[in-house]
Formats: sequence, C-alpha cells, structure tokens
Amino acid sequence: MLIPCPFCGPRDAAEFTYRGDAAPVRPADDAGEAAFADYVYLRDNPRGEITELWYHRAGCNGWLVVTRNTATHEIAAARLAAAPVPAPIRETAE
Amino acid sequence: MRYSALSLLRNAFSGHQKWPQAWRKPHPKPFYSVVIVGGGGHGLATAFHLARDYGIRDIAVVEKGWIGSGNAGRNTTIIRSNYLLPGNIPFYELSMKLWERQEADLDFNTMVSQRGVLNLYHSDAQRDGYARRGNAMRLHGVDAELLDEAQVRAMAPFLDFDNARFPIRGGLLQKRGGTARHDAVVWGYARAADRLGVDIIENCEVTGLVREGGNITGVETTRGAIFAGKTALAVAGNTSRVASMAGLRLPIESHALQAFVSEGVKPLIPGVITFGAGHFYVSQSDKGGLVFGGDIDGYNSYAQRGNLPVIRDVCEGGMALMPMIGRIRLLRHWGGIMDMTMDGSPIIDKTPLPGLFLNAGWCYGGFKATPASGLCFAHLLATGAPHAAARDYRLDRFARGAVIDEKGQGAQPNLH
Repeated sequence: MLIPCPFCGPRDAAEFTYRGDAAPVRPADDAGEAAFADYVYLRDNPRGEITELWYHRAGCNGWLVVTRNTATHEIAAARLAAAPVPAPIRETAE
Repeated sequence: MRYSALSLLRNAFSGHQKWPQAWRKPHPKPFYSVVIVGGGGHGLATAFHLARDYGIRDIAVVEKGWIGSGNAGRNTTIIRSNYLLPGNIPFYELSMKLWERQEADLDFNTMVSQRGVLNLYHSDAQRDGYARRGNAMRLHGVDAELLDEAQVRAMAPFLDFDNARFPIRGGLLQKRGGTARHDAVVWGYARAADRLGVDIIENCEVTGLVREGGNITGVETTRGAIFAGKTALAVAGNTSRVASMAGLRLPIESHALQAFVSEGVKPLIPGVITFGAGHFYVSQSDKGGLVFGGDIDGYNSYAQRGNLPVIRDVCEGGMALMPMIGRIRLLRHWGGIMDMTMDGSPIIDKTPLPGLFLNAGWCYGGFKATPASGLCFAHLLATGAPHAAARDYRLDRFARGAVIDEKGQGAQPNLH
C-alpha cells in the first residue's frame, strides 16, 4: 500500500505508524467519565471510508490525516494534520 | 448415525456412496427461541451447547456464506491456554479441557493433537517474564514447564540457538497445547448441533435487526425476517457492522491478520514454536506444510487480504529463528478479519438492548477459544447470567476501567 504523503510523495506504508480513527475528539476536561470512556474506547469501525491518523516515522515525521476505504484499501486523500495529534497526556494531581 | 468402526466398515461395503448428509439444509422458520448470527466455530458451538447442556432445541444459526467460510477456516489452528491474567486463564483452560474431550463430545474426528506449544525466550528478562507466566498458569492448575537451552536443543535442534542478536536461551512449554483441524471443528459442531435439532441456515445474510420498542426481536435476512426470543451475535470480524444495525458502538476495530502455508516437507517441526524476539510462530500440518503467522497488518481493514510489509516481517522472523526454511517456497497465504478490542480480550455479554447478546472481540485468540466460547455464551443465553469462566468478559469493563490487557498496551487495538 502506498500512502501519498503531501510532503514526501507516495511512500510505502511500512514507513508509517498507524494511530487509528481520526474522528474521536478529546472531550473537555470536565466532560465527565462517560464522555472520556467513549473517546478512549468506542469506535465506529466502518466498512468503507474512514479518516485516520498515520505518522510518517521513516519520512518527514509528519502526522497525516488519510481518507481510506477499509474494504478496498483505496486511498482517496491525505493531508497533514493541522495540529499535533494525539494530544499530549497530562499528569493529573490525584 | 454415529460414526464408528462399524459404520465405516458397513459403508465400505457400499463403496462409501450411502453416507447420510452430515447436517440438513433447512428453510428458516418464522420464529426461534434463539437465533445465532454467524455460522463459524463460535456460533455453532454455542448452538451445540445450548441444545445439549441447556435443553433449548429451538435454535437457528444463520450464516451469510457457508459455515466456516470466515475466520473459522482462516486461522492457524493452534490450541493452548498459556495466558497470564486471572480473567483469561480459567476461560482458556476450560476451553483446553473441552478440546481434550471434543472428539468424544461431537462424535467427530477433529484431529486434536496435543503436540505442545513452546514459547522461546532470548534473554534473562524474557526468561523471568515466562517464569512468571508459567507460575500464574500452574497456580490455576494449567500445565507449564520452563525449559533451559539444553532442553530446547533436545526438542528442536534445528533452531538458530547461537544467533548473534537473538540467541535462544530456553522456552516455556505447554505440553497439552497443540493443534486441531479447523474445518473439522466447524463440521463437527454443525453435525452435532444438527442432530440435536438446530437449524443451520447457510447463504442467509443478516441485513437488519428487528426492533420492537427498545427490544431486539429478530433479524432481517436475505431470506426474510426471522423472529427470535433472543438474538445472539457471533460474527467476530464484522461485529461492529452488525452491531451498528442496532445503533451500538463498540470498543472494537477490525484488522486483517495474515497466515501462511509452505509447500509440504517431511516431518520437521515437533509442535508449535513461537519466536520470542519478533512475531513469528510455526507448526507443521499433517500434510507437511509449515503453517505460520505473525502480526496483524496494523490498520483498520475489512479486506480479508493483507499487504507486503507484514509478509516480509513474518518471513524475517522465520529466518531469524530457523534459517533453513529460507529455501522452502510459500504455497499460499490468506487474510482474515479480526475483532481487535481495546484491551486485547474478548466480550461475552448482554448488550444494553434487551434481547440482543454479544460474543465478540476475539482478536487473535478466537480459534482456541471456540469450545469455551460456545459453552459460556450458551450459559449466558440460557440463564441470563455470565458463566463463571467468562465473568470478566463484560462489555462495560472498559468504562469501569476493569480491562484485561495481557500485553499491557493500553487502548490501541493494533498493538494487542
């Protein structure tokens, strides 16, 4: 599978590390346990098009948002993620 | 008809032309007490145990293809119970005990072969880790032996013991582990369930779930609606898709796992051997092919086929472990779709929707779990309460923080 990195061009998927579905968004800190359990654990897991995060480990070190079909592995689009993802895990003083 | 030496002899006289069909091809009835979605090993084992142990005979198993056409026919046929965590060991050991008597239970030769599962270690730290695992197993009454290098050399002298980077220092052996013939497991459960009155309905794809109020009361299929007292999902690989018909989101991602078979060679591999410094495991089929596998491809997929980087990675692991396989040709390889859960352990539980029950999330471990999965799911369906061996496989364990994470990887399904 070739992933079209916007910076490096089409590159072997072996150069990338997979993070997973790009859809979940970290809830606000006070959103409550249910919202966080949903964010951490629950996934749509579609058969078909999905947007997902790939890290170009052996290339430009960029995080990409790739639109890919999970039934055919066909890639429709890839762009650099706007912000560093995933959000850093913060220590809580508990 | 029971299979026996006598029935074999009798049918030999008629040229093996008069064997009765192993299971019927019934048309679906409009209503069943239990409809099981998924005619793989788990679904059929569930039907068998419901009918035999819990007295429910009014059961249909619906399968979109032919039985065993999914992951039941795509695995590497290994059976073992060498787990570490308390939530897992009793379940997989129950499964191991059921494997040991499966052929008598089913009146079918499933070719259960307890040829041993050997996990190799390559460093002092890894030996300590395996000693801990072996001790956990023995505390639960499971057999485990920690072998040193000389003992492994006696078993498998062909391994690359003096590999400069990953020397083999020993291994953890479960002698009761081994392999079984996966197709025969499916056929055996199908035949045994059919004999107890279960309707096995092939080429019948579920296209929707019937809802009445908040309850699930059956399935819409390509062969019409089938109503059910209880609807039970055993569709690992496609669990998210079927559950989404009921609006459920699950802690599961679907991933492709590849497996490989080489051309046949003379008897070489004594049991199942796993490489401890990379992901490669191998056994030898009775036909002589080396059956081996490694990591999942690592990204969400429903494609039932994999990509080249993992093939290369698996073959590199094989070459590091036993360089003499380098000139064996690959005969074929294939992919199956795994339900990878967020903690690497399965789910056998009720769902929030009354009438809908879930058996899912088998990750890599589905084949070996088949008998216990069937028994525990049947127990849940019949009694409404979890089986003692599967009481930790709850759907709400993620939200409760009670995950069962053998590998300690956290909520990242492609790393389990």
